[in-house]
Amino acid sequence: MSDVRAIDYQGSERLTMNMGPQHPSAHGVFRAILTLEGETVVGVDAVIGYLHRCHEKLAENLAYVQYPTIASKTDYVAAMCSEAAYVMAAEQIGQFDVPRRAQYLRVMMAELQRIASHCLWLGTWCMDMGGALGGGATIFLYCIRERELVLDLFEALVGARLLYGFHQVGGVRYDIPEGWTAQCRSTIDLIERRLDEYEAMLEENPFFAMRTKGVGTISTELAQDVGISGPLLRGSGIAWDLRRSLPYSSYEDFQFVVPVETDGDCFARYRVRMVEFRQSIRIIRQVLDGLPEGPISSRPGVKSLAQVKVPKGEAYARVEGPRGEVGCFLVSDGSNKPYRMKWRGASFSNLAILPHILVGCGVADVVAIMGSVDPVFGEVDR
Amino acid sequence: MTAEQAREQLATVGGVTVAPDAHPITVHVLPEQWVDVARLAKDTLGCTFFNFLTAIDWKAEGLEIVAWVDNLEAKFAVEMRMRIAPGETACPSLVPVYRGANWMERECFDMFGVRFAGHPDLRRILLADDWEGHPLLKSYAVDTPHPPYR
Repeated sequence: MSDVRAIDYQGSERLTMNMGPQHPSAHGVFRAILTLEGETVVGVDAVIGYLHRCHEKLAENLAYVQYPTIASKTDYVAAMCSEAAYVMAAEQIGQFDVPRRAQYLRVMMAELQRIASHCLWLGTWCMDMGGALGGGATIFLYCIRERELVLDLFEALVGARLLYGFHQVGGVRYDIPEGWTAQCRSTIDLIERRLDEYEAMLEENPFFAMRTKGVGTISTELAQDVGISGPLLRGSGIAWDLRRSLPYSSYEDFQFVVPVETDGDCFARYRVRMVEFRQSIRIIRQVLDGLPEGPISSRPGVKSLAQVKVPKGEAYARVEGPRGEVGCFLVSDGSNKPYRMKWRGASFSNLAILPHILVGCGVADVVAIMGSVDPVFGEVDR
Repeated sequence: MTAEQAREQLATVGGVTVAPDAHPITVHVLPEQWVDVARLAKDTLGCTFFNFLTAIDWKAEGLEIVAWVDNLEAKFAVEMRMRIAPGETACPSLVPVYRGANWMERECFDMFGVRFAGHPDLRRILLADDWEGHPLLKSYAVDTPHPPYR
């Protein structure tokens, strides 16, 4: 496996460059020790763990009613998805019923979350490639503007803008308030129109094409072998989307397209996410149109720590988050706390591709590639 | 290759026990077969997608290693499980078969102290290099002090 960590710190012609952990394009706390020959990367040592909080040990010490709010702190840019994965794992073991209205609400929040998360990805990624895009922060400010509108919806729903605690075992904790549906419709209508503007701004810019096309190519074989998922996997030609392949939470009720690109480069990943934006909007409209009446949880609101006991057993719940497969492997011993919980963080597996694809790139490409992977370090380091 | 064919194929391998549940296909494997079964899953059963690898500490009964691989075309998964004898920490590495096992095994070493024989670069990944102990072991108390931190 010399290609993974082929670093020669002694070489006279080589320069070892430390990138991060406070590098602005690291999207968090990522450190890459790059070995360079001129401008070309010849070795990569990826250093992670700066944001480690030992979520898995925490989960073993917190009750099923406590941890969902903590779960949102793994991937804090897509908190709804990790919460959902955790409660779904507990529901699978306990075979707890989830009312249809709760399932639809989960779908709607997951898709709104995808839009918010992709907005942040597009904005920061384009800012990374700054100079080439005529001013740098332009797209970033536009995307943040739209993301705020989605966060307003979350705030109206749960009272929080980033970490929600929306899910509970057996359903969800909040129902949509008065007037929320109309606000949601006008928000997604607006974002849909703005997407055309983003695309026109980027795709008609030759510098954008130069910096993304043919850069950071991931082959189909490598993608599966390393286990990357989400837009990266679909950008490398594999039509694998858990919402379609292994539907959960009533996703089989909704019409949507799973975008696939075959080039495997940064531009392919960009295209996949741009289509996903629109498909998420399409799913949200279907949920709003068909939202069933009824209870939002099969279980009462949280009153005590011992309230949720999960029978002995194991489950692996998988959710298609904005970055790919968010998996929660849960082992229960029959008490009110998990015996063991493992996060399969989409960002962790996606980031593991970097040492394989950065070798041979220019230093400037490292920034573009890292942004196209869209890692969130809360989820990498957990 | 369908899930049913995969199940039958795995059942023919000596020493491998296939659990009866429908999904995933859970196989209990002996340590000496660990790499061979992974290679069979990848090359013959088409489970080319490496999902995750982790461990469970069963206290007095020792550690159990769990690896999950997917066949994305036929939509079935194989969950490979292997018990390590109590007090043992050695385990063969899957990196020669799946490159995705690299970081997962490093994390497993970091958190459980499992020494993956044949891993190209087995060092801590999430915790600092000078960290003492392996926090996800059940013997590691959640309030273990770490000067200068509490």
